[in-house]
Amino acid sequence: MQRIGVFVCWCGSNIAATVDVHKVAETLAKEPGVVFSTNYQYMCSQAGQEMIQEAIHTHKLTGVVICSCSPRMHEGTFRKTCAAAGLNPYMVEIANIREQCSWIHKDMAEATEKAVILGRAAIAKVHLNAPLTAGTSPVTKRALVIGGGIAGIQTALDIADAGYEVDIVEKKPTIGGKMTQIDKTFPTLDCAACILTPKMVDAAQNEKIHIYSYSEVESVKGFVGNFHVTIRKKARFVDETKCTGCGDCTTKCPQKNVPNEFNLGMDNRRAIYIPFAQAVPKIATIDADYCTMLKTGKCGICSKVCAAGAIDYQQKDQLVEEEYGAIVVATGFDPISVEKFDEYAYSQSPDVVTSLEFERLMNAAGPTNGTLLRPSDKTHPHTLVFVQCVGSRCDGDGRGKSYCSKICCMYTAKHAMLCREKYPDTDVYVFYIDVRTPGKNFDEFYRRAVEEYGVHYIKGQVGKVVPENGKLKVQASDLLSNEQIHIDADMVILAAAIEPDKSARPLATMLTASMDTNDFFTEAHPKLRPVESPTAGIFLSGACQGPKDIPETVAQASAAAAKVLGLLAKDNLTCNPCVAQPDEMMCNGCSSCEKVCPYGAITYSDKEFRGPNRTTLIRRVASVNPAVCQGCGACTVACPSGAMDLKGFSNKQIMAEVDAICK
Amino acid sequence: MQVNGEYKPTIVAFCCNWCSYAGADLSGTNRLTYPDNVKIIRIPCSCRLNPMFILRAFQRGADGVILCGCHPGDCHYTTGNYYARRRMTLLFSMLDFLGIERERTRVEWVSAAEGAKFAATMNEFTAQVAKLGENKRLEDLRCKK
Amino acid sequence: MNKELAKQIQEIAGVNPRKCMKCGKCTATCPAFDVMEYHPHQFVDMVEKGKVEELMNSKGIWTCLSCMACIERCPRSVEPARVIEAVRVAVARQQGMDHLKPEQIPALLDEELPQQAITSAFRKYRK
Repeated sequence: MQRIGVFVCWCGSNIAATVDVHKVAETLAKEPGVVFSTNYQYMCSQAGQEMIQEAIHTHKLTGVVICSCSPRMHEGTFRKTCAAAGLNPYMVEIANIREQCSWIHKDMAEATEKAVILGRAAIAKVHLNAPLTAGTSPVTKRALVIGGGIAGIQTALDIADAGYEVDIVEKKPTIGGKMTQIDKTFPTLDCAACILTPKMVDAAQNEKIHIYSYSEVESVKGFVGNFHVTIRKKARFVDETKCTGCGDCTTKCPQKNVPNEFNLGMDNRRAIYIPFAQAVPKIATIDADYCTMLKTGKCGICSKVCAAGAIDYQQKDQLVEEEYGAIVVATGFDPISVEKFDEYAYSQSPDVVTSLEFERLMNAAGPTNGTLLRPSDKTHPHTLVFVQCVGSRCDGDGRGKSYCSKICCMYTAKHAMLCREKYPDTDVYVFYIDVRTPGKNFDEFYRRAVEEYGVHYIKGQVGKVVPENGKLKVQASDLLSNEQIHIDADMVILAAAIEPDKSARPLATMLTASMDTNDFFTEAHPKLRPVESPTAGIFLSGACQGPKDIPETVAQASAAAAKVLGLLAKDNLTCNPCVAQPDEMMCNGCSSCEKVCPYGAITYSDKEFRGPNRTTLIRRVASVNPAVCQGCGACTVACPSGAMDLKGFSNKQIMAEVDAICK
Repeated sequence: MQVNGEYKPTIVAFCCNWCSYAGADLSGTNRLTYPDNVKIIRIPCSCRLNPMFILRAFQRGADGVILCGCHPGDCHYTTGNYYARRRMTLLFSMLDFLGIERERTRVEWVSAAEGAKFAATMNEFTAQVAKLGENKRLEDLRCKK
Repeated sequence: MNKELAKQIQEIAGVNPRKCMKCGKCTATCPAFDVMEYHPHQFVDMVEKGKVEELMNSKGIWTCLSCMACIERCPRSVEPARVIEAVRVAVARQQGMDHLKPEQIPALLDEELPQQAITSAFRKYRK
């Protein structure tokens, strides 16, 4: 028989205002096995914890039930408290009488009765608890960063800087991400390439960093400290070790009409290409969808001009297996497709562009070499209309996103300002719902666009854009003067909402990391653990967690690196002792449990057992590797003979809880 | 269960530690009420729910049992909720065969962010079970004490 | 739309209407709100957009009390009352209603009194 102590917490008035804590303590004191029962204002305080420890000593408690807040909040705290008093930490159970009782009920009698029942269930469980000892598992001292944008690069550099090996997996032929496509950065207006490309080179030259470019994560197995990852290196039909990046092939390739994704399809590239001059690694890639040689077997010009002999038309996708201790997700974002927003005539006129397209049109390395020209007739535009919140803060119509994309106000101010600076003869209008500029020097930047550069900010939205006689007829509202206005514009620029990269959802499934309804990765705690995923060993860097600008992304990237280093610096991790355990005497060797185990923690082996009449039987029985088992319990239910049970959540324990509740 | 001559259904909710249990906590944090008939049992994953537990609850006088797990595809252990879904489908048709109304059991996917959904589900489920009236107790032939 | 005149008014007022953030504090503070068809923030906005003729034809410019509360409270130092005064000046210049000779002004100055109050008082009441 256990000697159980019950401790009922008031949580100030959080519990005590709705639950009669004295009555709960008195009633639970009468339960079988309860030798001590009390209540106190704040059990989690120093004084409360000391009270528990003293009770463990004086009443020789073998089990403790704490009626308090959610175990997700203080289970760890109380387990430590009891461990310090010499009680096994797994002899502690929490009855959640705050989140699941006092906070949701208003009637004191009802809430008190429910608290008693929850307390009884916990007592019933503790009766069947057994002391558990946590094992340890080693940590692979190597990190994987998925995504090679500015977030991934920064995380990798910081991890490598601390002396640990780190791999970057990037699905595109070059690292650099969205930032490579950006012309200037707000609010300083320094050139994005000038600050990004040195970092890309640093990453490539760092001996601790290995870049898998044009590669994708194929599968992830394992758990914190011991991830086993398969990486698919997609065939680029160019030998990475031989290609010098001279670019001869990219000028000789006869297939000239491939839309250039780097310039968002506004110009063309060849079928063999290097995305842009500063690409890292600077290696050519053959686009199999367009290459004549790969499609028809006739051409081979790139192979002839390649002095290094790097072209290999036979190359196949390659699967690489690696071990990692931690994984950082840095999959970034994409602008949404604005085609659904018919009213802005994006698909009707090439002069209606998205902000990222406008960025390329202003960029010296862009399709127009940095001269702003209308895509339709290559003339200089005079009147430009910027529309903010295209798809952002769009609730319920299914076309856009309910959230604010956060970066659009600032880059629109930047575009408008750059446009007025370079071409003072232009008239620039910005239509906005709200201008949101919380950030260091952000509002000053936006005010400069208005006051110094004379950008016309108009509170209101654009209702429709109609292409007519080479102009774009913009019909919009000016809410402050309460009128409808009509502008004959030369170009319309849409600040498209941003969304997580499409590759994030399947990746989240592989990593068992949770996502919100918008496919942004969820953080372990929105305020206190913003760079960790709830899944141990998975960390979040950059816009995959939510919209953010470059400085914020870099800050989060370094924070994620710090968390990874905290993990990699450990030699061993304490395992969860609540793992599956088979009763070998009951196991019939059917392999049902092995099939349902998502971690491959269960193996079968032949073991000798004593049979009747001093005979020896050899039987095939299951055994669980406690370092690999994560304690989900799938096997316990799959087992037809009931041999498998889960420590800490055993069949008997859960049944005892059921009984206590239904009594 | 009869309380002061009034029928009050007993409802057992099995909640996955990673999603619905946190969702239940969130509905508490947001002070979203649901009936006190609902008592939550924390399990590590919806796949830990042995059908025996539900039968046991019906033996001991539960009027409704609900299982809450992570949304399909979001299981913390990758595949647990798929197993749970299949097992419950089978169990529920067996319960149907035993004469326990289909409305007394339910599987619902509630994420850690869906406090409002948790409260709404519990309100609705309790009302649904209350409408059916008191459950017949399954006879306990096997687990004699 | 009269951008040229709007520019002149801006020069007379010495105010940069682009500094206005359209917060509405000037209008919120205006004691003559009920008797003006255009309100302080609209003066600033309309002068910026060049819609000065409507302003010059409005009676509101004469009902402004010149209390300077809007100047006092503007978070961006836009000084709407000076814009209104400048519109009055523009009207006066067009209609030849300038009743005060510049050389008379120094004698009328009082250290405690804002200069603008004197000139606006002259314009408004000496009819």
